[in-house]
Amino acid sequence: MAILTYLEAIRAGMSEEMQRDEGVFVLGEDVGKGGVLNATKGMRDRFGERRVLDTPLSESAIVGVAIGAAMVGMRPIAEIQFADFIFPATNQIISEAAKIRYRSNNDWFCPIVIRVPYGATGGGGLYHSQCPESVFFGTPGLKIVAPSTAYDAKGLLKASVRDDDPVLYFEHKKCYLYISDDVPDEDYTVPIGKAAVKREGDDITVIAYGMAVHLALKAAEQLEKEGISVHVLDLRTLHPLDQSAIFEATAKTGRILIVHEDNKTGGIGAEIAAIIAEHLLYQLDAPILRFCPPDVPAVGMAPTLEKFFLPNVDTLKEAMRRLAEM
Amino acid sequence: MHNEEERLSEVTIPHLAESLVSATLGRWLKEPGDYVKEYEVLCELNTDKVNVEMPSPMEGTLIRILVQEGETADVGAPICLIREPEAQTPIVSDPSKSIVTEGRYRDEPDLSTRYSPAVMRLAEEHRIDLRKVKGTSLGGRINRKDVLAYVRDGMNIQPATPPEYSAGKNEVIAAGFTKATSVPAAQERKEPASSRGPDDQLLPVTPVRKLIATRMHQSVSEIPHAWLTIEADVSHLVDLQQKWKDRFAEKEGIRLTVTPFVLKAVVNAIKDYPILNSTWSTDNIIIKKEIHVSIAIGSEESVVTPVIRNADRKTIAGLAIELDDLVKRARSGKLTISDMQGGTFTFNNTGAFGSLQSFPLINYPQAAIITFETIVRKPVVIQRDMIAIRSMANLCLSLDHRILDGVVCGHFMRRVKQYLERYDQETVIY
Repeated sequence: MAILTYLEAIRAGMSEEMQRDEGVFVLGEDVGKGGVLNATKGMRDRFGERRVLDTPLSESAIVGVAIGAAMVGMRPIAEIQFADFIFPATNQIISEAAKIRYRSNNDWFCPIVIRVPYGATGGGGLYHSQCPESVFFGTPGLKIVAPSTAYDAKGLLKASVRDDDPVLYFEHKKCYLYISDDVPDEDYTVPIGKAAVKREGDDITVIAYGMAVHLALKAAEQLEKEGISVHVLDLRTLHPLDQSAIFEATAKTGRILIVHEDNKTGGIGAEIAAIIAEHLLYQLDAPILRFCPPDVPAVGMAPTLEKFFLPNVDTLKEAMRRLAEM
Repeated sequence: MHNEEERLSEVTIPHLAESLVSATLGRWLKEPGDYVKEYEVLCELNTDKVNVEMPSPMEGTLIRILVQEGETADVGAPICLIREPEAQTPIVSDPSKSIVTEGRYRDEPDLSTRYSPAVMRLAEEHRIDLRKVKGTSLGGRINRKDVLAYVRDGMNIQPATPPEYSAGKNEVIAAGFTKATSVPAAQERKEPASSRGPDDQLLPVTPVRKLIATRMHQSVSEIPHAWLTIEADVSHLVDLQQKWKDRFAEKEGIRLTVTPFVLKAVVNAIKDYPILNSTWSTDNIIIKKEIHVSIAIGSEESVVTPVIRNADRKTIAGLAIELDDLVKRARSGKLTISDMQGGTFTFNNTGAFGSLQSFPLINYPQAAIITFETIVRKPVVIQRDMIAIRSMANLCLSLDHRILDGVVCGHFMRRVKQYLERYDQETVIY
């Protein structure tokens, strides 16, 4: 057991899978020299340039090559340098990778992992801060994971590599160095499709993923001093959603706040709210609330705009208190 | 960020680049007392990636330096304080200040009759007239917890007087209820208040009783129990105990019972079958290395389960002495929380109150509990079809069927029996 940063945990997950399985390799822009975010640092020295493959600046090619490699039995991990740049690959992801199993009547499948560094770290502006998960959410045939801890980051990465279907692996950039926790040295996976209760409470329930989980936990800690007891559910997997965990967390308090960094309209929170309303209306003690950035095209470059856009512990705490008092 | 009295503003370390979380202060170019203009360079910051000159985000007088040269500070941490000139009014635009909070008790519409689906469902389940429940949410709205508190409190009020709450009383109840967070909801709404007759006596639930209720409920609702009973011939054990009894009392000042002998046999068997000393967690079974045996000690009102730690490393005499101490402290209410924690398996001498057979509930989150029942002198068939009067006793095991199955528990119980029957006059107890 060692304390690793979230970023180190991702790297450890990739390296161990490459060690375990010859068919696993990484490809992406500048991954050879470690990638601009250092995720693949040192991996070319260890595994060679044929398994840590530099690509041209073409996301559609990165994912396209990954799909092709998967068709001949390999298990590629494709890195999109920043989530903001994933859109040129959208056609490959949604129209090809996600549909191969269905289209071939289960003869073919597409075991690729697409690593997507997303979210704002501050100062990233429009093209280094986006949260595009809602674009892919609700695409049958795709799995989407979004870990919030180093433990989950490694466990979910390994589970994603071993999964036989395409997995979008959303890694929050703010978590990279900001979050570190105990990560076992031995082999383990975190199952795809399973949420985790991060804190027990009985006044309100906060459902979150990625960096928002940490904001919620911090806010919950502060609210405890005011006598407000907060239950926090970390989704961990966005698609498929862990419905039974959502139901349990809902029934616990009857008061739900969903928080994410992606825009409010059409975000993951919208779907969760709909699921709860469909199945658990009679457990609800207050309206289902969402706390998300406004429907503005992206995080602004100016610090003032950034502050206005992003959830932080104070603003989230206020929303949580409002729900508790409602 | 802004201290209104002193009009001092903090200058913080800006976010300099992707994935940078801290910076080292290279050199201060201004010192306290200097007047700086907006964008004038304050200091140099060094990071792994870049070295930059830090411009002042505001105009004013540098009052105090908080981070010295060579020190490292996190992004967002203040490095110095600047007093802004008088004319400039402080801009306090804190989005976290919500209108709702400020206007909390003013202009609130009356929401006392607006019921949430959860409240309506609970009211129907418990046949509650919601007009009698006091709401504690915004606008006097009744929330789920208010109803649950009302149901719970319904047990304590006089049946003759209809429940008309004073605000003060209700507050106390609500507060008390909030604190009892560990009681699962299912338990709170077990018994509707209406099932009580006029002459029935009401017994208030003590905190200990409530804790036992919670634990037992958790055990029975989470653990799929299964049971096993064996009968052991403890005649030799009783002889051994009789042999030592007086000497032990004289030497140690303690009454030697059969319990430590049985306990030793059980612990030895656990060592042979360590799976009995385990706990269920979602994806794994955790087999505990150390054997800490919880001992059930009952009184008229309740039962406690203090722990004998590392029971496998203790002799029969050692166990006897520790048991005696626990029993004495349990009776005088002097057990501490740490005495109660860490048990990995539970032993209950149900024979002490005359039981012949029992189906104990597992001490959550352990995997099993064993009872030693009353020793009965009775005729039994022994070798070569002879009948003899022997001291016989039942031992009952409850097992967590997620972890354990009949076969391994059968082996375990047979081993306990072997150890019990193996005692003789020569057995060393020290």
